[in-house]
Amino acid sequence: MGTVTAVHTETPTGRSITISVPGWPGNVAGQHVDVRLSAPDGYQAVRSYSIASADSSETVQLAVDRLPDGEVSPYLVDELRPGDELEFRGPLGGWFVWRPTQTEPVQLIGGGSGIVPLVAMIRSHAASGSTARFKLLYSVRTAADAFFVDELAALEGENLEITWVYTRVAPEGWPTPAGRVNTEILRAATIPATDAPAVFVCGPTGFVESVANSLVELGHEPGRVKTERFGGA
Amino acid sequence: MLTHVDGNALAGPLSEIFRGDMTMAAGECRHCHDTTVLARAKVEMDDAGFAVRCCECAHVLFTVVRTAERTWIDLQGIVGLEFPPDA
Repeated sequence: MGTVTAVHTETPTGRSITISVPGWPGNVAGQHVDVRLSAPDGYQAVRSYSIASADSSETVQLAVDRLPDGEVSPYLVDELRPGDELEFRGPLGGWFVWRPTQTEPVQLIGGGSGIVPLVAMIRSHAASGSTARFKLLYSVRTAADAFFVDELAALEGENLEITWVYTRVAPEGWPTPAGRVNTEILRAATIPATDAPAVFVCGPTGFVESVANSLVELGHEPGRVKTERFGGA
Repeated sequence: MLTHVDGNALAGPLSEIFRGDMTMAAGECRHCHDTTVLARAKVEMDDAGFAVRCCECAHVLFTVVRTAERTWIDLQGIVGLEFPPDA
């Protein structure tokens, strides 16, 4: 159980939520929590949300995108207020994680709110002073749909390269037209399989499947391409 | 509503049944004998339970169905589970 301390609008349909959790044991970047909402009639719904934070404080940050027919996300995005209590369990999951002790190059590929666990890895990478090469490819519908824009811009540099892909509308003057991530984009803008990177892909199911298939086509070992689908189209 | 997710999402629900992080346990598929961590499985999930499919051949490894009276686990598609020593 935690108490919401802050909410911040990230995109027209998404926001980040900061929760104070006394006794939080800390989490590894990439882990998630299961949030449980209970209706007065006893009906319960549980959904998994990635953790954006990865530090040793007793504060947990989530970021959530509202799904049009969702049962939990509309409440989290539209209704939840500072002071509200939220029931959840975690941190959960030991597979889709990055630890600062890892030294191999890392390729992160996120679609929409799939950036959340990747931001945790980027924060953990920066905070630990890791010199592992990090590269992010972030696919969003339009510039307004990107989460954590200012923070990503601030962290971009020698240790973090960022490639933006706009799938619906590209910003004015952008060198390439809007379009989905495909094998050619991945070939041009991601760390090649010959460098044996750890690869993390997170986003809607269709996005993750298409990207993961392309990566295997490009020679990446399926077992080194870690994926986290969060449902939807 | 049925959602398609990865085995990662099983960490919470399986912690209600088993001890440790089950997503790091490797399951052997009875159909194709591929053996890999449950985190990589393909999962179809709704509020009644979930079906866990092999990431290689898509055959069902196991299913979990929850009702008010009981939880039923069908393990027919899985030969066994292998745990890392620290699980």
